[in-house]
Amino acid sequence: MRLRHLLVLLPLLALGRAAADPDNYVAIERGKALATAGDCIACHTASGGQPFAGGLALQTPFGAIMTPNITPDNLTGIGSWSKDDFARAMHEGRRPAGTYLYPAFPYPYYARVTRGDLDAIYAYLQTLPPVENRVNRNTLPFPFNIRLSMAGWNGLFFTPGEFKPDPKRSDEFNRGAYLVEGLGHCGACHTPFNSFGASQNDKYLQGNQIDNWTAPNITNDMQAGLGKWTVADIVQYLKTGQTRFSLASGPMKDVIENSTSKMAEADLKAMAVYLKERGAAGSPAPAPLAASDPRMQMGEAVFVDTCSACHMRSGDGVEHLFPTLAGNVVATQDDPASLIRIIIAGGRAASTDTTPTAPSMPSLGWRLGDEQIAAVVTYVRNSWGNAAAPVSAETVKAERARVTGAGD
Amino acid sequence: MVRRLPRKDVVIVGLGWTGSILAYELSHTGLDVVAIERGPWRDTATDFNIGTAADELRYAVRQDIFLRPKQETLTMRNNPSQTALPIRKWGSFLPGNGVGGAGVHWNGQTWRFLPDDFRIRSHYTERYGEAFLPEGNHIQDWPVSFEELEPYYDKFERVAGISGKAGNIKGQIQPGGNPFEGARERDYPTPPMKQGYQQELFSQAATKMGLHPFPRPSANLSAAYTNPYGCSMAPCTFCGFCEWFGCANYSKSSPQTCVLPALIREPTFEARTECEVTKVNLTVDGKMATGVTYVDANGEEWEQPADLVLVCAYALFNVRLLLLSGIGKPYDPARDEGVVGRNYAYQTGSGSLAFFENVNFNPFAAAGSTGVALDDYNSDNFDHAPHGFVGGASITCAHTNGRPIRFHPTPKGTPNWGSAWKKAVHDTYQRVASVGAQGSVMSYRNNYLDLDPTYKDALGRPLMRMTFDYQPNEQKMANWMADRCDEIAKAMGAKSTQINRLGVPWNVVPYQTTHNTGGAVMGSDPKTSVLNRYLQSWDVPNVFVMGASAFPQNAGYNPTGTVGALTYLALDGIFNYLKSSGPLVQP
Amino acid sequence: MGEGGDHWPGRRPFRRREPPPSHSGVTRRSLLATAALLITTSGVSARVVTKVLPWKPNDAYPVTPVVPGGYLYFTANEAAVVDAFVDRLIPTDELGPGAKDAGVTAFIDRQLTGPYGGHDWLYMQGPFSSNPLPTQGLQSPLTPRQQYRLGLAALESYCNTTFSHGFVQLSPEEQDKLIAGLEKGEVQLPNFSSKMLFNAIHGNTIEGYFADPIYGGNRDMAGWKLVGFPGVRYDYRDVLDNPNKPYTLPPVGMQGRPAWGAR
Repeated sequence: MRLRHLLVLLPLLALGRAAADPDNYVAIERGKALATAGDCIACHTASGGQPFAGGLALQTPFGAIMTPNITPDNLTGIGSWSKDDFARAMHEGRRPAGTYLYPAFPYPYYARVTRGDLDAIYAYLQTLPPVENRVNRNTLPFPFNIRLSMAGWNGLFFTPGEFKPDPKRSDEFNRGAYLVEGLGHCGACHTPFNSFGASQNDKYLQGNQIDNWTAPNITNDMQAGLGKWTVADIVQYLKTGQTRFSLASGPMKDVIENSTSKMAEADLKAMAVYLKERGAAGSPAPAPLAASDPRMQMGEAVFVDTCSACHMRSGDGVEHLFPTLAGNVVATQDDPASLIRIIIAGGRAASTDTTPTAPSMPSLGWRLGDEQIAAVVTYVRNSWGNAAAPVSAETVKAERARVTGAGD
Repeated sequence: MVRRLPRKDVVIVGLGWTGSILAYELSHTGLDVVAIERGPWRDTATDFNIGTAADELRYAVRQDIFLRPKQETLTMRNNPSQTALPIRKWGSFLPGNGVGGAGVHWNGQTWRFLPDDFRIRSHYTERYGEAFLPEGNHIQDWPVSFEELEPYYDKFERVAGISGKAGNIKGQIQPGGNPFEGARERDYPTPPMKQGYQQELFSQAATKMGLHPFPRPSANLSAAYTNPYGCSMAPCTFCGFCEWFGCANYSKSSPQTCVLPALIREPTFEARTECEVTKVNLTVDGKMATGVTYVDANGEEWEQPADLVLVCAYALFNVRLLLLSGIGKPYDPARDEGVVGRNYAYQTGSGSLAFFENVNFNPFAAAGSTGVALDDYNSDNFDHAPHGFVGGASITCAHTNGRPIRFHPTPKGTPNWGSAWKKAVHDTYQRVASVGAQGSVMSYRNNYLDLDPTYKDALGRPLMRMTFDYQPNEQKMANWMADRCDEIAKAMGAKSTQINRLGVPWNVVPYQTTHNTGGAVMGSDPKTSVLNRYLQSWDVPNVFVMGASAFPQNAGYNPTGTVGALTYLALDGIFNYLKSSGPLVQP
Repeated sequence: MGEGGDHWPGRRPFRRREPPPSHSGVTRRSLLATAALLITTSGVSARVVTKVLPWKPNDAYPVTPVVPGGYLYFTANEAAVVDAFVDRLIPTDELGPGAKDAGVTAFIDRQLTGPYGGHDWLYMQGPFSSNPLPTQGLQSPLTPRQQYRLGLAALESYCNTTFSHGFVQLSPEEQDKLIAGLEKGEVQLPNFSSKMLFNAIHGNTIEGYFADPIYGGNRDMAGWKLVGFPGVRYDYRDVLDNPNKPYTLPPVGMQGRPAWGAR
């Protein structure tokens, strides 16, 4: 009885507090939306683990880094961090005690986020249920475990500073720029790296390979990028993982399911406007291979027998289900990794509330050999007006080892 | 030792078509729903991978994705004076298994029964007199009319995306459709499928004869389609691996393509696969169900309590589960008393094989529903008086495949092996068309289901026993239909034809059809039915039983369209039950 | 360690600790290395499915291709008899290779080592009736493996008694006559049903002649070429658009066709 009275009181108290400080709730909701845009949950959640409680092993060439627990647990999370501490981590890549964070955590991008937004994200994170999860944060082998070396890396490759809107551009463009260059950290995947693992800013958004997937060029380049996409196409893609000619798969499918499909449409539109208006850059197309080339002949035979039932003889695909291959820029990127791995291992498209089907490309690595896959990928990259470099059996073989774990 | 699990609002036995639809619709309202399926999960890209799906030996001959008789089978005999023996290898019918059930491996032929089918006893009595009905019959009117079921047919067709051409929209006959069909509100959701050359010849010949051919309604889709649940499908590619196979390119309506993607997103839904429900549990007085007991793949027993039990395990296994659970009075043919197992029926097949010259029929290019049909000899669309039989058949020129292990026709008299056989196979493959009649089967006192006294399943429970034979009425009807088929086949320009009569006595070995109906029929009278019009058990009001087991007798069509429609009608009943409890119909 | 991006940050959201590459549900019997097996799906205990449709990369359940050469079940003598038998059932002639040249004996041999050979999926609980009705189908407790072992031995015994040598040494005409007698049940084999033996070999011959070449028979798609069956191409919309025209594309099996090049 008395307990029940007590329980009744608590919500009243909470209400009272809310009534006294309405901005707190508003800030938290805003922080939640910003954390969604930043897709924090994707890295800070282990497989089968509690959301935001860390423990995911991020693979790097230098070893695996375990992501930290960012629930407000006092001992194992960031419960004892102040909002200044949080801002410092995001803006400078430094922990409260001053130790350096590795840019596996993309602070070079989060540095662009305004202090106000960081405070809102902080406020949201503080409302999460605290989860006790002690993560080993020192898993890199010597000498990479010497965090002090990041000071040098930052000096060479990191330019701190919040985003500055360009007065010559529209509000919408600037909003999109802020989202893409900051929380969206799209460049972290879509920009090629130098040998120190830093984004090559002069090739910003011109494409990259991540985990044996191709993160394509997303400049407005007509041949290699989003030149043929409309703003509406980009918005639809971010919202559902589908356009009239393309379906997201691989890591981008996860981004869509966890992040962009839950963002406000106005924000998605702003990002699309930014991407379309930023400018175009990309390598020009080579001349397409002749249809009589033996690789094309072999590839065509495989395609007709194995692929055309879904992707159509014309390469047109079927809306909502099978991506077009004709004129699809993902197929003609310099890097063919996605095409190769999706044939070998299969792939699954995004599932959202409005597009639940999540059609899957079947795994055909058991059926097709390296040379056959090289031939059919070459065929796809050079048919129906497509033009891109052919693919060798050696490339396929190397990728097969990586995506089937045959080397494990 | 049975372990008890936390209570759920709804437990669904079997995750096929009816189970998926009910699971989605109920969990969508926030109810806690668990579906328990004894077979494995099945997914398009993995289990019907385009590189593995088209394997006739594996799927059609070795029956890889069907229920394994080792796990459960039936015993059969033709009449009560015989001893039933196990169906050790499926032949005449092929029960499915796994998530998706028969919805994975069906052909996709999707029909609405005709209005007279639903009041067949009254209709025949009015027109021909009661004495016209066959001896020993148990023919019953359905407790629903076509008109009442029409909106539910529409609902199922929209979820499945059925491709077809309407013949009667709100009373207006539509050219190119079936003029005999019951009036419908609107056309099919996608256009009719393209047909093959045999079908073209059939259409022309039938039209010249004054008959009314139309494209068969198809769950192999003619166009890309997104259904009301948001699930998307692709157009069919006529691959010729439809019935008995999963579809690799999302173009056959199935739970996988039409329901599961939306269902799995419902946060209150859970599927448990490779768990076999052994019993529906009842209160001590037997008046309410308390849930189910099931055995998981490790052999451990679990009790799943629930407020509502939906039996969606396929017609035959529904009946067995009711018998094993003590729901409803088992049918005793000697006394003609009891209801569970009563009115089991099947389907007739007969027709004419037409041999041509100088044609390229390309039989391998086919969808499961490829066919042009006519209903001039179905239901009571023709005068039965001179013929002395009840019932009718849909006549179709169909081909669903050219898979050579089972399809390598030769003219009668050809040896079964040797060079002569080889030559005949080579010469005939491209040149055979089939005009077939799929006919009704009435229900009879001595065609029924009960528990076998001798044989047990893998868990040690009695198998179900099927006592069935085609009765003189069905023989007469099917053979008359075969003659009608032959007339049309000859009119198509065949060089020669070969009539196939109904195989009597019913033989369990050659594949005929998996249209097993009845055994837990719906009706207005608890003395002659197990379920009311909402498929709710008369005896245990929180048990509903889906599927063709509800058909009082079978009509001249594939059952799935009607099974789907009844499921949506039952859903209305279930929602009412959830509000008010108790029996929905007073007998 | 483990697959990683070549660059870092090796951003891999939700990198699960993936189970080892699927062996596609291959059963213990797959230790028989060259047998073509029919793979059962899934494994043990309940699969609980909620929230997300199950999917894993590399997941598929292909059959293991038969590698020709040698016999895993037949003895050399048995294989020779089966070879001669199937050669009469579907002879090589002007229409193309027959069953023997199409590898049907190897097909049957490998099938017998798999679940089919033991009737593993069928209902094999007793009692077994010795006088079933004709409508009640298969009621024998003999598995295909037993049928071949016992039946072929009975056939050889009959031949040695009747002709003083084995089946293989008979002339083609004698073999045809004997096979016809088995088919009709007019020949009495010692302790074995002649119809059962004929039906087993004949049925498996049709299967082996027309099944996908991955199973060891239908070599070079000879059976498919005989009738004009294009195999597993899976897309015949062009045929529906061009009715009554000969189909000219060569057949393709699960392992491809010559124009695909070697795997």
